[in-house]
Amino acid sequence: MLDLRLYMLQRLSALVMAPLVLGHLAVMIYAIQGGLSTAEILGRTQGSVLWFAFYGLFVFAVSLHAAIGLRVIIHEWFGLKGPVLSLLTWGACAGLLVLGLRAVFAVTVP
Amino acid sequence: MTAAQETLDVTVHRGTTRGARYDSFQVPAHASQTVLDVVSWIQQFADPTLSYRFACRVGMCGSCAMMVNGTPRWTCRTHVKKVAADGKLMIEPLRNLPVIKDLAADMDPFFDKWTAAQGQHHPSQTRHDPIEPIDPVDPLRVEADLGVECINCAICYAACDTVAGNPDYLGPAALQRAWTLLNDSRDDGRGAILDAVSGTGGCHNCHSMGSCTQYCPNELNPMRAIAGLKRETAKSFFKGKRNA
Repeated sequence: MLDLRLYMLQRLSALVMAPLVLGHLAVMIYAIQGGLSTAEILGRTQGSVLWFAFYGLFVFAVSLHAAIGLRVIIHEWFGLKGPVLSLLTWGACAGLLVLGLRAVFAVTVP
Repeated sequence: MTAAQETLDVTVHRGTTRGARYDSFQVPAHASQTVLDVVSWIQQFADPTLSYRFACRVGMCGSCAMMVNGTPRWTCRTHVKKVAADGKLMIEPLRNLPVIKDLAADMDPFFDKWTAAQGQHHPSQTRHDPIEPIDPVDPLRVEADLGVECINCAICYAACDTVAGNPDYLGPAALQRAWTLLNDSRDDGRGAILDAVSGTGGCHNCHSMGSCTQYCPNELNPMRAIAGLKRETAKSFFKGKRNA
């Protein structure tokens, strides 16, 4: 149920995610070391183009990667295919995008 | 099987995909007895209506593969004492294929996928051209040689969990055949092969679980071939051929 295009999309999105996951883990560990408060974190992220791009790209990559992975599981476990499978794939992608971008906007837009 | 045990408890699948039952037989145990010997004994001495398939009996023709105690095996080269230490055998037709009757699986989907994967030779020359010298140590030839001993027994196809979950998947044997032809300098079907293995049932569906390689009776490595196809199609993707 994966053609070359979807396969490459999933592999390339994984390639994008790999450094971003490491960056995200490093930031989390760094942020809690000195006991940063919510206000202090928001003070650093709001208005920051860098953090907007970092987590915006992360959300795009995760949404694509997860949706294609879910597509394979849904097909192999439940036998769905055709338009129903495409609808579930891109519906999951859209849902993850909306949830993720909502969070990105909330912490980076002043 | 202990020395004292004189009979085997054999349970055999009967019927078709639409309706099946299991029959039990007591089969005399012998030294150096193969699973195919057991099936043949049942057909000859207990129930002549039992249907099964075999031809060469020496592991070359690939027609006697069956599920033996849940594992796909070439029955002519499988010794009973190695797979049924307790003297109990459950024999069924190959998994992931329709059943014609009893132990004979319908191989049509398996060979249809060979064709769909462009498993036929694509001539690069005519009979009027001189014979092309083939260097046996050329790296591409060495890679092609890794897959040429496939006997089309469909054991890898029966072992593959991806085939079980995704009936459109071409499967390990067809994809290994495609990889062999891709590396064969005498084959001129590169574009057609890469296209054929890049569709919705193509090589990109493989999860690299490795059952094909684990159970191949000729110890071939279809998983390696499929990884090779993934590499080659990815390269062609970056060269701008979106459909390989």
